[in-house]
Amino acid sequence: MKIQTYNPRDWRSHPPYSFKAYGSSVKRGPLKKLIPLKQTLSEVTGPLFSDIKLEPGENDLTRNDETGKEALGERIIVVGRVLDEDDKPVPNTLIEIWQANAAGRYHHPVDQHNAPLDPNFVGAGRCVTNEKGEYRYLTIKPGAYPWLNHTNAWRPAHIHLSLFGPSFVTRLVTQFFFPGDPLIPLDPILNSVPTKSARERLMASYVHDVTEPEFALGYRFDIVLRGRKATPFEGPQ
Amino acid sequence: MSKQTPSQTVGPFYAIGLTRDPMNVMATASTQGQRIRIEGQVFDGDGMAIPDVMVEIWQANSCGRYNHPDDKQEKPLDPTFTGWGRSGTDERCFYSFETIKPGPVPGNDDSVQAPHVNVTVFARGMLVHAFTRIYFSDEPMNENDPVLKSVKNKARRATLIAQRGERDGKPVYRFDMRVQGGNETVFFDM
Repeated sequence: MKIQTYNPRDWRSHPPYSFKAYGSSVKRGPLKKLIPLKQTLSEVTGPLFSDIKLEPGENDLTRNDETGKEALGERIIVVGRVLDEDDKPVPNTLIEIWQANAAGRYHHPVDQHNAPLDPNFVGAGRCVTNEKGEYRYLTIKPGAYPWLNHTNAWRPAHIHLSLFGPSFVTRLVTQFFFPGDPLIPLDPILNSVPTKSARERLMASYVHDVTEPEFALGYRFDIVLRGRKATPFEGPQ
Repeated sequence: MSKQTPSQTVGPFYAIGLTRDPMNVMATASTQGQRIRIEGQVFDGDGMAIPDVMVEIWQANSCGRYNHPDDKQEKPLDPTFTGWGRSGTDERCFYSFETIKPGPVPGNDDSVQAPHVNVTVFARGMLVHAFTRIYFSDEPMNENDPVLKSVKNKARRATLIAQRGERDGKPVYRFDMRVQGGNETVFFDM
């Protein structure tokens, strides 16, 4: 049996474990050198969730609360494609979504920011990419919120996404930002990404074609997961 | 060729999106194999147990087959077992999984890998998730496992071994992780 391995993590795209300006990172990442592991069957396989059945409405964060009422805030449509590094679509892959509400507060007991909770907004959703790797969901534009990293620290508006891709090594948790947000250059979490071009890959773009008249603005955020190496090598027999 | 989308931390509020429903009970009544519990804490560089950490695991079934189309071995699949689980922490900062002990799986170059569980760690403050593995303290195959052997320093190698205990007659493997410091867990670049 041949196994086809995946490209390594591109460390010019991903942040380092320790990034001083983001205080919480300093004690929470490995300091010793990572040990190289040549991918085996254990790494090229991974959870696929191919039997997953999403409830209708899981991709609509504006209405998914038990109250059945609409959340407050600016409604937005988010679309995008999940691709690998060779621009091949990643179909049928699960995307988990979470975010703050329009006032910049999370529906979470640890979030004590003095901004209103919205009883009609939990801020969690899920969707699955189609055969072309495309996804789409409806939500409320999240607000900016303060945090304790440094004096007068504010996170720019962002939405968290979690993806699996086809293998154990393609896993990705990320977050994306909105164009024109004045807080973006000040955000140490985004600035932990080592290059300008990589940081730009975390920006959604406004897309007028996705905007629906009298309803909601449209944004696009494409995601690139690790691709497969070109040549399979002789793995386990 | 496109470039990889950068990783970002899960932040402090990941529970909203990721752990509202428990996903750490992986073995059902009809799953084949030896029932085990894996549990532990994850410690930061100050030796404090991290409350806002999330652990995911991926493993083969009791015969040593992964539930994935790229595993083309002629071993049986267990339809009751996906091999994947996710755990946040409880009030004592413990993560835990109710699963079965995996069988050995093929390694590269005709080798065999000792039974192991593949681990991904996420936390507030961790900008990129960390990869490690769990091996079992009572497993004789560990001696010849190619990945364990690749960790030359024996003290560091020991950080990959979960210690077997027992509770209510059931095996409980304790696997603590230290993300940094003197006894830092081995994390892999893969």
